[in-house]
Amino acid sequence: MDRGKTLSLDVTLLDLGSGNLHTVRRKLERLGARVVVTAEPEVVAGADKLVVPGVGHFGAAMAHLRSSGLAEALGRAALEREVPTLGLCLGMQILAEHGEEGGGPGLGWLPGRVVRLRPPDPLRYKVPHMGWNRLSVLRSEALLEGIPSEAEFYFAHSYHWAGADPADVAAETEYGYRFPSVIRRGALMGVQFHPERSHEAGLRLLRNFLSL
Amino acid sequence: MIPVLLLGDGGLVKTERFRSPRYVGDPINAVRIFNELRADEVVFLDIFATPQGRTVSAEFVRRVGEEADMPFAVGGGVRSVEAVRELLAAGAEKVVLGTVAVEHPSFVAEVAQAFGSSTVVVCLDVKRDLWGRRWVWSRRASRRSIYPPDEFALTMERMGAGELIVHAVEREGTMKGYDLELLRQVSRSVTIPVVALGGAGRMSDFGEAVGKAGATAVAAGSLFVFHGPHRGVLISYPERTELPF
Repeated sequence: MDRGKTLSLDVTLLDLGSGNLHTVRRKLERLGARVVVTAEPEVVAGADKLVVPGVGHFGAAMAHLRSSGLAEALGRAALEREVPTLGLCLGMQILAEHGEEGGGPGLGWLPGRVVRLRPPDPLRYKVPHMGWNRLSVLRSEALLEGIPSEAEFYFAHSYHWAGADPADVAAETEYGYRFPSVIRRGALMGVQFHPERSHEAGLRLLRNFLSL
Repeated sequence: MIPVLLLGDGGLVKTERFRSPRYVGDPINAVRIFNELRADEVVFLDIFATPQGRTVSAEFVRRVGEEADMPFAVGGGVRSVEAVRELLAAGAEKVVLGTVAVEHPSFVAEVAQAFGSSTVVVCLDVKRDLWGRRWVWSRRASRRSIYPPDEFALTMERMGAGELIVHAVEREGTMKGYDLELLRQVSRSVTIPVVALGGAGRMSDFGEAVGKAGATAVAAGSLFVFHGPHRGVLISYPERTELPF
């Protein structure tokens, strides 16, 4: 991956029909990025930088990615060309091998599976996990640079990663128990929370992504 | 800590127990201020939508969506899957369902299946009858349903609602504290998040709702947005360190 001084501010934002699409676009544009919103496989395959936002059902998203040719196009960009690729919420979850919601395979690009949140005390830890929460940063990670340790991000989910390779987990979040909230292996990155609605901590994370 | 802002006739309004709305200011300006104050999230409810047979405006949602640095929910006359789709696409993280959830509970399931539970908030407007028993009401609390709050909450959870706002209508604007008994009843019945609304007046009210009554989060209307002496809108929001939880 080129870490030289040339900033790549051209971002391709994958349109999966999720509601937060334009919010993500606006935030990236505010940070100086030129954003192309697309659902066309050829455009995705040729991207310089990819953001995959997502809210909704794992199974439905995967079915759509496959039938549209987008899964293959994403693979060409993210795996073959190793273009920096950031998945947000469901966009992070689809990187896994399998998802409980719909009971089918994900893209399988990182080891692990997506399971339902099952806190030990369900009357105390309500599901969906909706609200602000922190990160326990496990290792140094460029995506999190300049973000204070007590920063909080907005979460809204009922499922989470499990069984990840520990080397891929940059940060965990606690909600009854701990689950990966920031994962990364090379060009593949994912965050469980919504940086586009997490005040300046979220903006900083997006800015860090743009600098990669 | 969630400000609930009421919309009426193009501006923010304040009501007491659902009556006599008074104009207090420009909603988009309020969003900017809440950005600066680092509010956790905001709820916008169009209180005239259902009586006027409308739905909260998608164009309004788009403008809020462009400004907001935190998540927000919108509600007011939302009755169809298409309306929900439009509002989510316009930038709202969540849609608040009121009257439709009470009068057509299966609609909640339709929306949850189409867009995911985390996008669906159901607001329970609760009032008591002459014998002091609490019921869920619809149509700006003008029509009583057959459901007690805890039963209805459970039904909503089964339908796939992601979050419930429990609104003690009689306490709205009184600043006398939340209805802790109501909150306790509902929080114990469901495993989905419960947000308290109606009666907040002091910092300690927030701590009580969460610590003693099992609420997941607290919301307030009158407390955050009020009339200044020269008809300007004043907005306040507590610092993180001031919050008792």
